[in-house]
Amino acid sequence: MDQILLLEAVERYLRGEMNEDEKKIFEEMRKSNPELDQMVVEHHFFLEEMDRYGEIKRFKANLYDTHHTLQENGAIKEVNSNATGKIAYLWNRYRRVVAVAASIAGITALVISGLTVAFSPKTPIRDIEELRRKVTYLEKKTNTQSLQINDVRKKIEPGTPIKFGGTSFLVDNKGYLVTSAHVIQDATRIFVQNNDGKDFNASIIYTDLEKDLAILRIEDEEYKSPGTIPYSISHTSTELAEPVFTLGFPKDEIVYGEGYLSAKTGMKGDTMAYQISISANPGNSGGPVLNKNGEVIGILNARQTTAEGVVFAIKSKNIHRVIVELKKKDSTQHIKLSNSTNLKGLDRVQQVKKIEDCVYMVKVVLK
Amino acid sequence: MSTLEKEKELLKGLADNNKEAIEAIYRDNYNLIQNLIINNNGTEDDARDIFQEALIVLYEKSKSSSFELNCQIRTYVYSICRRLWLKKLQYAKRFESQVESLEEIVSVEEDLEVHNKLNHQYGIMRSAMGKIGEPCKSLLEAFYVHHKNMLEIATFFGYTNADNAKNQKYKCLMRLKKLFFAQYKNGN
Repeated sequence: MDQILLLEAVERYLRGEMNEDEKKIFEEMRKSNPELDQMVVEHHFFLEEMDRYGEIKRFKANLYDTHHTLQENGAIKEVNSNATGKIAYLWNRYRRVVAVAASIAGITALVISGLTVAFSPKTPIRDIEELRRKVTYLEKKTNTQSLQINDVRKKIEPGTPIKFGGTSFLVDNKGYLVTSAHVIQDATRIFVQNNDGKDFNASIIYTDLEKDLAILRIEDEEYKSPGTIPYSISHTSTELAEPVFTLGFPKDEIVYGEGYLSAKTGMKGDTMAYQISISANPGNSGGPVLNKNGEVIGILNARQTTAEGVVFAIKSKNIHRVIVELKKKDSTQHIKLSNSTNLKGLDRVQQVKKIEDCVYMVKVVLK
Repeated sequence: MSTLEKEKELLKGLADNNKEAIEAIYRDNYNLIQNLIINNNGTEDDARDIFQEALIVLYEKSKSSSFELNCQIRTYVYSICRRLWLKKLQYAKRFESQVESLEEIVSVEEDLEVHNKLNHQYGIMRSAMGKIGEPCKSLLEAFYVHHKNMLEIATFFGYTNADNAKNQKYKCLMRLKKLFFAQYKNGN
């Protein structure tokens, strides 16, 4: 209680609330008592701080009220509503950056379009080149010679205008082949040639231009089943970077090529196709794309001419879909897709040896 | 009344924490400052904070015994706000270029140094007040900030008599002083 009284006395003294007599006595006490003196000095400082604290606090409260009042009666204009305020703020904050970015983008666009015009060939080219092959006269000659050697002259008479070539492969040993629809487009007659150079008559069973798939059937007495088809037609999707290989007829002889799956979608994100990095040429169209286990994962159909090694393959599950559609339309065709592979674990040379008998060149006689 | 006399009157009112004076100064200057802040990467809230801090600087200055303003209130407030905002931009690394304007400015560095020191002490007191908790904070503020007498305080806080309130106030005050001086000595 003493301390409380003492402090009260100090406060009263500091605030000048003491009368003359009290003040005199108190000042006497201060002089004789250094502890009290120290307490007065300290409390004086503290009270000053306290007063300032109080003043600022009251002043701030006043400022706050004033701001509120002025805002309510409209003397302070609010810049914008909240939403546009934020946009205006961002705009103000970043307009320089935006201006710089926009001019860089503009200049870049101009330069690129300039360069494109300067370096591109004058005639319009197609971005996608379908991989069917123009059989030249020279090739035709070779072809004719090989036909003579194989003694099958009667099938294709010399001089028949064979224009395009592609690749196809067996999916059922009864003689059903799969190829790309664009290979056999506009065909009047179709021949397929096996790896030994033998020609067989074939007919179109089904075409799906949208999926770029066609089913052919060899209709020739000389056709002999090669036995079990060594590869299967995959139902599932393939992983990125999976090594793949293909067999095809970019020339009059079967050609092997290998690469890897570089994207799970085709041209411009086309989900029906894969993008494959592989060397392919006109004539490879319709060729099977196989993984290391000997499963067909796709059918080569196009390459991008503006880039090196960018080739597209229709996903193999589309073959299954096409077969289902075919069954609905024509119940006389009983295609049983090969669904097991006996290529697992073999080295590539052995695998190719087994596969090559099931891959056929497609020759098309146009109207 | 001339502009000079009017301004003197306003500053006197400001020193007394007079509501009309504050409102007049606010009305005359706020939009200018808001434009300054918003045109320089700030928001409305930034503008309000900066402007109010500038008025506190002016308030502190107007209360000091050696008070003297050698320019218009508008110029002074603008100069303070400009300086404060530049500092804040630098601190937030949002600083891109000099704050541009055609307004006249005066040197305010010294005033801001004084303000920073005072602001620091205010901060210590505020933080100490924050730490003692309730009801101590309200009780002490009622006595020292709002200058209520002990009888009013006793009634408001529900003490049976003024002596009990005084007793409580004493305990609170001791805690506050302890906290305040501990921080004050650390800070200096």
